[in-house]
Amino acid sequence: MELALEILPQVLLDGIVLGFMYALIALGYTMVYGVLEFINFAHSEIFVLGAFVGVEVMLLLQSAGLLSTLHPAAVLLLVISTGMFISGIAAMALERVAYRPLLGGPRLVALISAIGASFFLQDALRLFESLWRNTFYLNYPSLEFLDRAVPLTAALVIPVKSMLVVCTALVTLGGLHFFVNRTKLGLGIRAVAQDPDTASLMGVPVRQVIALTFFVGGALGGLAGVLFGIHYSLVNPYSGFIPGMKAFTAAVLGGIGNIPGAVVGGMILGLLEAFAASYLSLLTDGAFGAEYKDVVAFLVLILILIFRPKGLLGETVRESKA
Amino acid sequence: MSGMQASLALSGYIAASCLLAFLFPQSVLAFLAVQASLVMLYYVAAPRQVKLFLGALLLFVLVPALGWANGYYFEIAIQIGIFVALALGLNIVVGFVGLLNLGFVAFYAIGAYLWAIFGSPQANAFIPGGFFPVSPNWFFVFFLLSIAVGLLTGILLGLPVLRLRGDYLAVVTLGFAEVVRALVNNLDKPINFTNGPRGISPITKPPLFFEPLLQFAGLEVPSAKLYPLYFYFLILIIVGVIILVTRRLENSRVGRAWKAIREDEIAAAAMGVPVVRMKLLGFAVGASFASAVGVLFAAKQVFINPESFTFMESIGVLAMVILGGMGSIPGAILGATGVTILNLQLLKGLSLWLNGLRQSGAELTIPFLGSYSLSQLPAQFEPAKYERMVFGLILILMMIFRPQGILPPSQERKK
Repeated sequence: MELALEILPQVLLDGIVLGFMYALIALGYTMVYGVLEFINFAHSEIFVLGAFVGVEVMLLLQSAGLLSTLHPAAVLLLVISTGMFISGIAAMALERVAYRPLLGGPRLVALISAIGASFFLQDALRLFESLWRNTFYLNYPSLEFLDRAVPLTAALVIPVKSMLVVCTALVTLGGLHFFVNRTKLGLGIRAVAQDPDTASLMGVPVRQVIALTFFVGGALGGLAGVLFGIHYSLVNPYSGFIPGMKAFTAAVLGGIGNIPGAVVGGMILGLLEAFAASYLSLLTDGAFGAEYKDVVAFLVLILILIFRPKGLLGETVRESKA
Repeated sequence: MSGMQASLALSGYIAASCLLAFLFPQSVLAFLAVQASLVMLYYVAAPRQVKLFLGALLLFVLVPALGWANGYYFEIAIQIGIFVALALGLNIVVGFVGLLNLGFVAFYAIGAYLWAIFGSPQANAFIPGGFFPVSPNWFFVFFLLSIAVGLLTGILLGLPVLRLRGDYLAVVTLGFAEVVRALVNNLDKPINFTNGPRGISPITKPPLFFEPLLQFAGLEVPSAKLYPLYFYFLILIIVGVIILVTRRLENSRVGRAWKAIREDEIAAAAMGVPVVRMKLLGFAVGASFASAVGVLFAAKQVFINPESFTFMESIGVLAMVILGGMGSIPGAILGATGVTILNLQLLKGLSLWLNGLRQSGAELTIPFLGSYSLSQLPAQFEPAKYERMVFGLILILMMIFRPQGILPPSQERKK
């Protein structure tokens, strides 16, 4: 019991960091679902793309000798904005190539295309990195500034990396809230999510709004990718699958299509997973350990779908068109 | 071309391709030509009896003879058979009922592990008494048992999720497959059920019940040569039974209910189709096929570990169904054959060829651009490792340009 209390602050911190990452990825799923009623299966690859863009920018800075001379804030700003921008563009391109020709047809068709896109992108990234760097497991170069830690109490040392994740996520979430609720473009997104036909009659350019939604969702995924890379260092083209699945779970948990829901769901899932990873082995006397944290997440998904398929915050999107 | 000429041309082609495959046992292309004859059989307008005769000749005599001469061909043929059976199972779920099951491999894994655990010394780890491995004769009992287990797990998983909208089902099945894989991977402690990532071996092969007959006939066949032949015919029979069952189901009341649900769930419900029950049935039947094939897979491989049951496999089988045409039995067979050949023969062949080029170090001279030494080809560039890209491309391109697949079901073709 004492041990359990001793590690509690650390577990909470891990959970919060993980939760913000899931929340950022889940927003991409939930926003696209909001406007199109469609699971963008390849979103996990957009997330990985962000992580790869981040590591490439850092490696390029390193080889140019700028990594140590530039101010860390400038480096981070550059890495994050490039990652977000390229991921956003990639998500838009994906929508244009693989989804737009299929929308309006049966939902299964678009979903299968999305799965295909996800697989294709994984290996496309691998091929690119293999030809470019002759390896597809890449390590983020370390930044001295990021490796520091702030000791808060004896039990809790907060690494700068975790603070970076939390602060960036908070700023972005605030920005997103403003964008969706206070700007004209955000109003367009909300209108299309509520009813695309009526929105179109009111003069909302539905196609452009959908493209914009993909851009915003992709950029948030890219941000999550860069933060994931900085926090865990190692990335490979296949590392998006599990976080993607969990972020989707988070989106469903919060109520898919619901933007605050994605954040709440991400937070709950992240905390739950951190608790499972640390306490499962304590609770079961070592019989089941951290390796079951993925199982816990999927069980949560199945349980919500049985008992509350609309998620915790309910569904704000329109009912199924069927 | 008249029927007579067509039959003659077909027989000639089959004879020529088999001769080629026999003369060049290392050639991937020659065996591809043999496999292509099956597709031709389907397309060429020859009399039905001739087609049936040639098909039977090919499957029951020529391919076994080729395999006997060259074991690699048997390996390919058995793999194709396994995937054809899996694709037919998934075809029921995706093609007939219209439910996207992304965790199909989980049921396959359940069947495989069912036989692997009890058909090897593994079960001794948690059932005392040293009863295991069970005698090979139990193989057939477990084969039947796996059908029941597949049905049961299908129903248990389907019950909570089949009431939901279709795309949730895709994600839940995917999650289920990951849970099964995580369990298989980690249940080596506290009690060792699955031996974790190390996998299980040796797994008992099915009984050679006909061995006394062979001895009676005075044939001495080493079992190393006999088993591939045996597995080939086993999988042939299983595929045959699955085709038969699927066809009967397709044209039954149940099959029509499935298609009605696929086309319009609300209209089907209004017409009195018990939607949830029918979906559940389709989901469970598909699962039971996969689980039964899993038993055979475990017995054939002798060794299995969780690596054989990844998400990749589910997507591979899905690509087979999509490529051939959702809801079409010949389509599923063609898709499974095509994708398996692509994976096992073409991509690997291409990798070997590129490796050969790399080692030869030849210079490639392109006019106006200068020359390029082939030894500089990046070592990471190996087509065999990019199967995901191939599957992904198949899925996207088929969905955009031909969502009904190569061989769409006959009703749709008439439209």
